[in-house]
Amino acid sequence: MTVDVAEPEAAHAGAVPPPGRAATGRPAWLGQHLGTAVLAGVGGYAFGHYLGNLIASGYVRVVTAAWNDVAIVLGLLFGILGWLAGIGAFNYALAKLAGREPVHADDPPNWTKYFRYSVEHKTVGMQYLIMVLIFFFTAGLLAMGIRTELLSPTTHIYGPGTYIEIVGEHGTMMMMMASSLVVGPLGNWLVPIMIGSRRMAFPRVEASSFWCFSAGYIVILSALALGGFPTGWTGYAPLQNQGSAGMDSYLLGFGIVGAGMILAGFNIFATIVAYRAPGLTWGRLPVFVWGMVTTSFLLTLATPTLVVAIYFGILDRTAFTELYVNAHGGSSYLWENLFWFFGHPEVYIMALPGFGIVAEIIPVFTGKPLFAYRIAAAGMVGVGLLSFFVWQHHLFMSGINPDMRPLFMLTTELISIPTGFVYLVGLGTLYKAKIRFEPPMLFCLAMYFNFLIGGITGVFQSDVPVDVTVHGSFFVLAHFHYTILGGLVFAFFGGVYYWTPKLTGRTLNRKLSIWHFWTMFIFFNLTFFPMFLIGLFDQPRRVFEYASDLTTLNDFASVSAFCLGASFIIFIVNFVWSIWIDPKRAPANPWGSKGLEWQTPTPVPPYNFERIPVVYADPYHYGEADAPPVADLEPANLAFASAASNGHRAAPVVADAD
Amino acid sequence: MSDDIESQGWTRAPAGPTAGTGARREPHHFRRLFAMWFVVSLAGDLVWWFVVGPHVPPGTMTTQARGAQFDFNVLFLASWVVVSGVCIYLGYAFYQWRASRGGPDPVGGPAASSNVRVQTIWITTTTLIVIAAFIFGTVQLILPQGAGGGEGPDPIWKPTSDKVLPIQVIAQQWKFTYRYPTFGGMETSTLVIPADTWIAFHVTSIDVIHDFWAYQLGVKADANPDVDDVAYVHTSGQLGSFTVRCDELCGIWHGAMFDYGKVVTKTQFMAWGSRTERANADNTKYLPPFAWTYVPTANTTTGVTADTSGQAPYSRIEKYGATPAKKTVTSPKTTSSTFTTT
Ligand SMILES: [Cu+2]
Repeated sequence: MTVDVAEPEAAHAGAVPPPGRAATGRPAWLGQHLGTAVLAGVGGYAFGHYLGNLIASGYVRVVTAAWNDVAIVLGLLFGILGWLAGIGAFNYALAKLAGREPVHADDPPNWTKYFRYSVEHKTVGMQYLIMVLIFFFTAGLLAMGIRTELLSPTTHIYGPGTYIEIVGEHGTMMMMMASSLVVGPLGNWLVPIMIGSRRMAFPRVEASSFWCFSAGYIVILSALALGGFPTGWTGYAPLQNQGSAGMDSYLLGFGIVGAGMILAGFNIFATIVAYRAPGLTWGRLPVFVWGMVTTSFLLTLATPTLVVAIYFGILDRTAFTELYVNAHGGSSYLWENLFWFFGHPEVYIMALPGFGIVAEIIPVFTGKPLFAYRIAAAGMVGVGLLSFFVWQHHLFMSGINPDMRPLFMLTTELISIPTGFVYLVGLGTLYKAKIRFEPPMLFCLAMYFNFLIGGITGVFQSDVPVDVTVHGSFFVLAHFHYTILGGLVFAFFGGVYYWTPKLTGRTLNRKLSIWHFWTMFIFFNLTFFPMFLIGLFDQPRRVFEYASDLTTLNDFASVSAFCLGASFIIFIVNFVWSIWIDPKRAPANPWGSKGLEWQTPTPVPPYNFERIPVVYADPYHYGEADAPPVADLEPANLAFASAASNGHRAAPVVADAD
Repeated sequence: MSDDIESQGWTRAPAGPTAGTGARREPHHFRRLFAMWFVVSLAGDLVWWFVVGPHVPPGTMTTQARGAQFDFNVLFLASWVVVSGVCIYLGYAFYQWRASRGGPDPVGGPAASSNVRVQTIWITTTTLIVIAAFIFGTVQLILPQGAGGGEGPDPIWKPTSDKVLPIQVIAQQWKFTYRYPTFGGMETSTLVIPADTWIAFHVTSIDVIHDFWAYQLGVKADANPDVDDVAYVHTSGQLGSFTVRCDELCGIWHGAMFDYGKVVTKTQFMAWGSRTERANADNTKYLPPFAWTYVPTANTTTGVTADTSGQAPYSRIEKYGATPAKKTVTSPKTTSSTFTTT
């Protein structure tokens, strides 16, 4: 479905692609889609593998190895390229290269668009939503596998090799998922609408970020067929150099997901900077968008370090560069430093979107303006900047220069100040509010509790003497599950319940949503709280066998984990039932939100707005009888629009009362 | 009505009292919250300090372990104040201001959108807490000579005692071996250490990264191949066994990489040391000479070991390796042979 729209002349330079012409009259299964991507991916793998054996047969890293890393790496690399080519990611660039005019096709008006290389941000958002859920549930099942094995300290269900494969897959997939969990689906879908833009800055960059991300799913799963990798998600070298062929899947998989993260961040950052509607000053930006702009900043600037580290790892494994081998001029600390230089901003890539979601949603269900808007924005910016200066706190025990220890203790503790801002904002908004405990609100409030535990235990780890005991133990594991699962994933589900009526036009069943919340909240805490104790009682992470006196605590955590896993069945049933089986039309604005995204029609037409709206205020003017409209969706003329954006019309910006 | 928020006063832990006078018919939220928070945080802290605190890992087997326990408990006290404050506020807000209670509609506008006093108090308080935590942590890191953490090949926080017992910890997939340079360079698979003594653990690896975690001793140091990672502890008078675990994922049997060590009296230790040195002599002579890192291929058929006959078992001057051996072994550490006195 295309809408013929009049383009306002001056609002945005840069043309929206012309209203679509259907590609051709061909049947849908011709053309390029998921099927051709899979075929080309498989073909690419076969070709790369053949090529690798051709140029490097007999040139294996481990003399007795049954595989040739060059063949595996090239196979995966050409597989990824084939996947991208098969979906059509290179069509535009290749056409330009050849001097031809690229064919632009709008999304077909049916479900097949989700299996194609779509450059429509709402389609990409939905593709991401399904893909992160696939990632999340796959990795969640692997977590069930880990907890099953840990039911007994010494009786085993699988061998130690299989166990470590499962641990590594779980961690890596969850990290890949979590770095795109909010930016991918909600960021891509909502940001242009929330900022009053008809498009993304770089729609093809956005589309390619998704197809890199989804390629990563297949590549990281391929590790299971190639013997897994023994390093966990952190991939430490030189254990990495020892890993079998599955290690190549880890490197290539994380690499391609990393490339997708850079692309996604780059596009969203540029969109927010350059494509805000007239009048949408930084002081009126929805806080969710503040979360997205800071996250994108980190994605763009931190992830290249990961890609470099991975590149070195691949060189070590194929060309014997020994960059991570102390004895031959490399350093085992090099991977650790590069990895965590990315890895710690990554931790906030997995926190900031959650902060953005809760701060966005809480005002709606309190009927109050967001308290201390500027503090909220400053908190996210502060967290984002500081996150580049804390990475060595992962290495307090590693033997790197001890002079650095107090400094990294300081920076790590400093980051709790801007993090605390998010609490000030939330608690302040609740003050004398009228709290409606709807499902999205429940998840957001739970995030405040979970992240409190997760954040405070982080302060324990930043204290070097305490870290001597807790580093590398289940205490750390519990800590980061509290921040990522308890913080980000809870906020994500809050966002899903909140925005699904907008995204799909369907209402989720309220009762099932609330059941999902309570089971998830209770069993999440019952699963991970005991792990703080397990860790304090000296159980290291990623162990296959453990001390028998910790059996009770481990069993308790395992059984709770199974119940936690089951709680997501409620979500899946609810989601599938309410959206596909028995769809119920959602009201236009079910929560009574003032957000710009809720002022658009549902379903949101392609290119979102007929005219670029003019924004008058931030969307948090709740509890005000004479509140200004958030935006004018049909600005009469541009002179008026520019007057408004210059502040000539009364447009209160949140200001500190003093 | 618009200045309601200020006149009501505000609280969240750990901010100090900001109470104003109560408004008409409104309950005095701040006083209620403060009272609940004060009771809960004080009671929790007292219970923790006197009941739970003394049992917190890693215990008191070394000065460093005791320091870690003290740090944990202090942080717990402060955290409990914050956590209970936030939770009490949340619980109170859910009860008091839930929509189903049918209270008045909230009033928006600038007064509800910000409050300079509250924001200032919040930021000041959190900043002060953070600075205090940093100073506390740094002092607790430096005073116990690095707090038992691995300081790498060039430690900056070192014991001033003249009697330091050096022990090399050699990690490999998937076991630890302990080498005593002052006992003829002997190797054992059990870690035995004397009470009331400064010990320097020189942690290294022969394959991948491991981590030497002597749980009750409060020691943790990564074992990197070709790196001498030094951690110091001072054992207290407490005797008994302790657990050693690998704390860095090192492959499939990472979880099985543990053993138990023993703290014995100094006399017992000397007796055990010379007895084991004698008993192991036949094996020791085939070992590579003692060096700060351990390279198995440095072994030779003739076998040359350090001559430590003139060497005191405890010494500040750590000079054990046979000179040629130091040249054959790649070590990132160039100044490791002597510790300068401070
Ligand atoms: Cu190990």
